Amino acid sequence: MDLLEIKNIDLKYQTPEGETHAVEGLNMTVKEGEFVAVVGPSGCGKTTLLSIIAGLIKPSGGKVFISGKEVDDVSPRIGYMLQKDQLFEWRNVEANVMLGLEIKKIKTPQNVAYAKLLIEKYGLKDFMRSFPRNLSGGMRQRAALIRTLAFKPDILLLDEPFSALDFQTRLSVCDDVYRIIKSENKTSVLVTHDVSEAVSMADRVYVLTKRPATVKSVFEIKIDKPTPLEKREDKDFSYWFNRIRREIPT
Amino acid sequence: MKILNEREKYLKNERRKKIIVILCRIAIVVVFVALWELAANTGLIDSFFFSSPSRIVKIITDLSRQNLFYHIFVTLKECVKAFVISTAIGFLVAVALWWSDALRKILDPYVVILNALPKIALGPLIIIWVGSGERAIVTMGVLICVVVTVINVLTGFLATENEKIFLLRSLGASKFQILTKLVLPSSTADFVSALKVNIGLAWVGTIMGEYLVSGAGLGYLIIYGGAVFNLDLVMASTVLLCLLAGGMYFAVSLIEKIVVKK
Ligand SMILES: Nc1ncnc2c1ncn2[C@@H]1O[C@H](COP(=O)(O)OP(=O)(O)OP(=O)(O)O)[C@@H](O)[C@H]1O
Ligand SMILES: [Mg+2]
Repeated sequence: MDLLEIKNIDLKYQTPEGETHAVEGLNMTVKEGEFVAVVGPSGCGKTTLLSIIAGLIKPSGGKVFISGKEVDDVSPRIGYMLQKDQLFEWRNVEANVMLGLEIKKIKTPQNVAYAKLLIEKYGLKDFMRSFPRNLSGGMRQRAALIRTLAFKPDILLLDEPFSALDFQTRLSVCDDVYRIIKSENKTSVLVTHDVSEAVSMADRVYVLTKRPATVKSVFEIKIDKPTPLEKREDKDFSYWFNRIRREIPT
Repeated sequence: MKILNEREKYLKNERRKKIIVILCRIAIVVVFVALWELAANTGLIDSFFFSSPSRIVKIITDLSRQNLFYHIFVTLKECVKAFVISTAIGFLVAVALWWSDALRKILDPYVVILNALPKIALGPLIIIWVGSGERAIVTMGVLICVVVTVINVLTGFLATENEKIFLLRSLGASKFQILTKLVLPSSTADFVSALKVNIGLAWVGTIMGEYLVSGAGLGYLIIYGGAVFNLDLVMASTVLLCLLAGGMYFAVSLIEKIVVKK
């Protein structure tokens, strides 16, 4: 059975100014442990799609299932990483990482120990008492990822997590995040409009149409390298990159 | 001679600038007081109308042997009460208005009108409703402060980043958690600056209240001094008010330093 199943999702935003048809008849499945990327033109409805999966927005039509169970509210099995790191400036790194545990009222000694283990494992131990303003962009992103991992979600939703970084940092942070996600063995859905990012990270890439978003095509990426940086250097990389880029509506 | 490096030079320079600023501040007071005294002594200004520093000092020492501290205590107590009560009410109303979008929309025009209304116009009504004396004065102070507090605190609350609210919602946060974990901590700076505005307004309200009804307090001394043409008394009370208001403002700034630095 697929871990995540999105069936025929439809969404219209209603505002006083009018109606925006953001998603139309979208289907998608994600298997356990899989890394799926979603690419599409900007403003096509990618963030909307993730918000629906997370249970933050109710779709106008269609259903989302996690392990066969319908999502009808904010799902505790999902960890959502937003476009910017959204660290709280008045909390130090450690307190930021504990946020999810506090909100979910599961700040048990075991969970705190696990969160601290993650901090240590992923190189933020010396910065535990630092405040976000004293961290580099890459470290902030790592802190945000650890905050998301701390409450042990089964599915990670990543909404352009690297868009706030400059190009050089982006490559290494991307590698970093990928390594962490793989070693924690999480199922992930990454939204991006950067095709090279999608090709270098994902097992499968969904290309969306212009708004209203629906699936235009799906690609199984087969580059046999363990990390995004190495995949970028592989000879097959440009083949996939070009094939997918041509698919994206402009 | 020691050769200073760039950093040391910079620091020394900064320290010198700071000292100069402080010296200038002191100089202004000294020069002002000296000129005032000189003008009064040489008859350039009539010290009956304009008083003089020495006469102010004299009346303060005279009064301090009588009941000056009682008057100061009365005014200070009224002001602190007005400040605390209006801050508490203002804060709670702001929370309620943040909590309910519907309530905020419905009450918006009333908040605007209440804010624009010159509260002093309510003086006679206040006296009839709550009686004269301290209660009327505190009520006046609260009325003047509370609407502005609501507006300033609420503005801080509403400035909370939507994406951060979104993050908390994705973690399954309740509205109360969003308030306590995000909205309140992210608006502490606005809250403290609202307190600063409130201090000033609490003094305005208290003195206005004392002008209306009172048997004691610095506002009372000012009115009384004016009525019997004892302008030394008026001036002395005004000087004391300046010192008190300055002191209270300084106290809040200190709190700000402690709270906001975190
Ligand atoms: N809360 C909302 N109310 C009304 N319209 C909205 C809302 N959120 C998004 N939209 C509209 O829906 C469409 C899709 O938005 P969405 O943010 O999902 O796109 P996106 O693909 O994530 O864009 P980007 O590439 O800029 O991140 C846009 O046209 C947007 O203006
Ligand atoms: Mg988006």
